[in-house]
Amino acid sequence: MMKISPKTATLLVLTALVAITPFFFPSGYYYRVGALIFVNGLAVTGIVILTGYAGQISLGHAGFAGIGGYACALAPVHWGIHPALAVVLGAAISAGLAYLVGRPILRLKGYYLGVATLGFGILVSMVLNNERDLTRGPDGIEVPELGLRAVLKDWGLNLSNGEFWYYFCGLFLIVGAWIALNLHSSPAGRALRALHGSEVAARTVGIDVPRMKLQAFVISAVYASVSGSLLALQNKFITPDVAGFMHSIEMVTMAVLGGVGSVLGAIFGAGILTLLPQVLTVFAEYEQMVLGLVMVLVMIFLREGLLPSILRRLRGRGE
Amino acid sequence: MTREDKATLLSVDGLGIAFGGLKAVNDVSFAVKPGEIVSIIGPNGAGKTTLFNMISGIYQPSMGRVKLSGEDVTGVEPHLLARRGMSRTFQNLQIFQSMTVLENAVTGYHLSEKGPILADLLSLPGSRRRARAAEEGARKLLARVGLDRAAEREAGNLSYGSLKRLEIARALALNPKILLLDEPAAGCNAVETEEIDHLIAEVAASGVAILLVEHDMKMVMRISNHIVVLDHGEKIAEGDPATVSQNPAVIAAYLGADAEVSHADG
Amino acid sequence: MSELLQFLFSGVTVGAVYALVALGFTIIYNASDVVNFAQGEFVMLGGMITWFAHAAGLPLPLAALSAIVVTAALGVAMNKLMIEPARGAPVVSLIIITIGASIFIQGGTQLIFDKQIHSFPAFSGDAPIRVGGATILPQSLWVIGGALVVFLGLWVFFTRTLLGRAVLATSNNRLAAQLVGINTNFVMTLSFALSAGIGALAGVLATPITLVAYNVGIGFALKGFAGAMLGGMGNPKGALVGGFAIGLIEAMTAGYLSSQYKDAAAFIVILAVLFFLPHGLFGRKSTDRV
Repeated sequence: MMKISPKTATLLVLTALVAITPFFFPSGYYYRVGALIFVNGLAVTGIVILTGYAGQISLGHAGFAGIGGYACALAPVHWGIHPALAVVLGAAISAGLAYLVGRPILRLKGYYLGVATLGFGILVSMVLNNERDLTRGPDGIEVPELGLRAVLKDWGLNLSNGEFWYYFCGLFLIVGAWIALNLHSSPAGRALRALHGSEVAARTVGIDVPRMKLQAFVISAVYASVSGSLLALQNKFITPDVAGFMHSIEMVTMAVLGGVGSVLGAIFGAGILTLLPQVLTVFAEYEQMVLGLVMVLVMIFLREGLLPSILRRLRGRGE
Repeated sequence: MTREDKATLLSVDGLGIAFGGLKAVNDVSFAVKPGEIVSIIGPNGAGKTTLFNMISGIYQPSMGRVKLSGEDVTGVEPHLLARRGMSRTFQNLQIFQSMTVLENAVTGYHLSEKGPILADLLSLPGSRRRARAAEEGARKLLARVGLDRAAEREAGNLSYGSLKRLEIARALALNPKILLLDEPAAGCNAVETEEIDHLIAEVAASGVAILLVEHDMKMVMRISNHIVVLDHGEKIAEGDPATVSQNPAVIAAYLGADAEVSHADG
Repeated sequence: MSELLQFLFSGVTVGAVYALVALGFTIIYNASDVVNFAQGEFVMLGGMITWFAHAAGLPLPLAALSAIVVTAALGVAMNKLMIEPARGAPVVSLIIITIGASIFIQGGTQLIFDKQIHSFPAFSGDAPIRVGGATILPQSLWVIGGALVVFLGLWVFFTRTLLGRAVLATSNNRLAAQLVGINTNFVMTLSFALSAGIGALAGVLATPITLVAYNVGIGFALKGFAGAMLGGMGNPKGALVGGFAIGLIEAMTAGYLSSQYKDAAAFIVILAVLFFLPHGLFGRKSTDRV
């Protein structure tokens, strides 16, 4: 039997999940939940690059999601740009901002990096909340229709709104995962993981540590931005909460909970944490307590994250 | 008695550093030529590793100069020194624990395998070619230090002696002009020490200059062309092994007046 | 001039609350290297439990005392159940654990109490005191006084008592402290009790001015965290100065620039300070050991 690489395996699993799960959906509502998981999974894949590969913390990545989201809300209205191009514009602004902000910030380590990124995220969310003339403030703003579904319909592919966003976001997630996996075993990815392991050793083998950290920061910002854009486009509405502190924490938590060292693990985490509130609506009163408890317990007992721990246990039993 | 001349590869001139007013290293000078093995010895806390950290750009010296191939490189960032042909190992291992042995060695090829990040993200043929070339080189180096069979293992699971050799392989991957080895034989058994001993001699024979910090005096006396002795951060003697081992100041500093250096062992 | 004084008063008042939270961060950080994002929940619990006990008929001083004791006990429980089992985990995991604890406490609070906004009477009435054309509430003096007393108390504790020195020794080198016979587990317990108690005290003092609800903790945590980092993590003097500085920056921004961006100003200042001083104002510089 031919041995398949972890990269191929991950992509196969993801594609199969996206393609096959709809057969088990009891109702159209689940397409929406699925699309949400994919959007979160995309943001979290960026966190894998930043935190899992390069070992850097961000408590402000939702700021980039906010930029991506509001680019889709504002650019089409104010500059007449097509929403699809607005996604690209948002990603470019996020990348540029990450580049400018990341330079000074990434010199910091550990909790100091945490507070600096946190500050950045809060600044973005404050601007979105307060510049009412532009963003219409905390109540949120409508986002124009992407229009791709209508094009597909003309070509004879008739999808419901839920179905369309499900497959569209799923496609983005697969491409995003492919890129992150490419990076993992590439020269740049190895350099990132090396500086995570030992910064001083990385420097002595010629790795330009500040530059590599900055690249990881910019790439992960683009992931967050695109995820924010997709969220805005499918909801056709967006509020400043997308850039809020809790959303930043959510991203990091999903990634670390699932297993920040691996793309599939982090996406798994995104799935669990997106589904959890859906399941817990039955006992809404306990939702926060259960969520908090899950975060604590997983971090204490399954330190590498859910998926790696589960896989390890399965493997251990197999031998 | 300056040994500096045109052939000098590395020259250290009046180098010193103070931590919070305390002089850890003070006014140390010496020179290293291509293909030469120069050892730095001295009791624990003499400032040997601190000296290494200044030469390799990890600490900013508070005084003095470091020249590499005639150019002033004092305080230059380690990754830029790597480009100029300097590489090093560490006293307390600096291994990329969660990467495989092979990947650890491949990072040593960073300068030759790095390319546009976009090519890496999209796994373009150029990126894959660079990675493959680095991997082939790394496998050869691992074979050279006897770690080829452990290539796919996670580095964190290896024995101390193996990790020491892995660090040497990683440093060699840079194809350096000068190699700084900080206690390469520490924690190794007699057989491993001898292997490292041979490896160092072999590398030096290929024209690479070697700066060595080592506690195993037998090894130092056997392979060094030149020895610099530090005590309390100052250079107290230098010369060839025979001269240094007879130097009364060295014997006094190292062992107390009644012993000879060559009998010392770690 | 009186305007400036007025902004100064309000800045020092909120600054005192932030300083108390920052001191709480510092104590736990020194004992365990953990930045406890649930620190703000201690403030919230201090306010909520006092309100509840007072509403249930307890006299205010007794209600406040019971809130501090209960919160301190919760702090100890949090250490035993969540922090100690996670010793040695990476920074990201610890952040998630303490934020998880924070979400858990919020969830528990709204279940046990409610989601309403509460308050209780100020300790010395509500009649503003006039000073040089500006006014200050008597409760503000309580808050400011509280922060200074706690700081002095901690200073005496850490420098003049054997137990305090044991805590400091543990924070410097845990293993060495164990070797000289210090019970480091007890030191951890004590630190969490102290930190949670100080947080609750901040809540007790501030609630008559700021009001309290189950979800106010995270705001305090972020500001206190910011203050502690501004001063330099692990340094009590830094926490005090950092906390007051954040309060003052906020008040001045709100007064002279824009009340909407008062939270932003604090973080811009932090980014600027960290740019020049990566370890904060009073933080220790660390050298890479290789």
